[in-house]
Amino acid sequence: MEVSTNHYKHSDLVKAKGRIDSATAPQLAKALDDITNAGRYKIVLDLSEVEFMSSAGLRVLISTQKTCKRYNRGELALACVPQRIYDALELAGFVPLFSFHDDIVEAIGKT
Amino acid sequence: MSNNPASQSQPEIWPFNISSEHPVRSITLAAKFENLDVARNFAIQAAEESGFEPAAVYSIELAIDEAFSNIIEHAYGGESEEKIDCACQFTKTDLIFYLRDCGNPFNPLIIPDPNIEADLEEREVGGLGFFFIKQLMDEVSFTFSTRPENGKHCNVLKMVKHKEK
Repeated sequence: MEVSTNHYKHSDLVKAKGRIDSATAPQLAKALDDITNAGRYKIVLDLSEVEFMSSAGLRVLISTQKTCKRYNRGELALACVPQRIYDALELAGFVPLFSFHDDIVEAIGKT
Repeated sequence: MSNNPASQSQPEIWPFNISSEHPVRSITLAAKFENLDVARNFAIQAAEESGFEPAAVYSIELAIDEAFSNIIEHAYGGESEEKIDCACQFTKTDLIFYLRDCGNPFNPLIIPDPNIEADLEEREVGGLGFFFIKQLMDEVSFTFSTRPENGKHCNVLKMVKHKEK
């Protein structure tokens, strides 16, 4: 898996590529923790090139969302989520806990 | 690992009486997260050969990933050189997976389901893996067994996916 981060004025865009499982989820967690540890809590996660995500990846998402939404200081928004991964998020009951965007520019503007 | 499901006999010390009329394939992997790729590919190949649709292949792939990860985390208490045996059997109506480990006795079926309707603050971070397995596969069962040659304890998880009619 590859993770890249872009800083914008009001938010951060994180793009993950490949497979997010128990072996690779710590990489994603580190990228997201680096942002929140720097005091930035408005994050868009682009999942368009993620082929597989297990519950290890979902754990990272929920943990980051808890950190971001605390004190209403921000949120982790999900962009371009592939159908299979959306299905897993739905199975886990995560859909009401995140905002979903089909467009990266729109996601960055609204987050 | 054989490419031909019919060419490999059942593992010698396999604790089940798997009927020999149905082909069995197996691999043994160290209990390390880096082996998840191999375990998932084992599942994908078997699922595709069984004729499952892509969405069902993904469900099977996810279930095997969760089961393998659970064994590492709970039965072995983290990554180790200990082994996980993975086997699958092809029947006319089903694809059946068995995952066996010789770690701590651990019955995942006793894990309560997570509350998937809880608010964000109350949402547990973990506990989803086995919930996924139960949702994605049609039958899940668990057995404690003992290796006949050394009396060593084993956990065996059986997961069945019915073929689409």
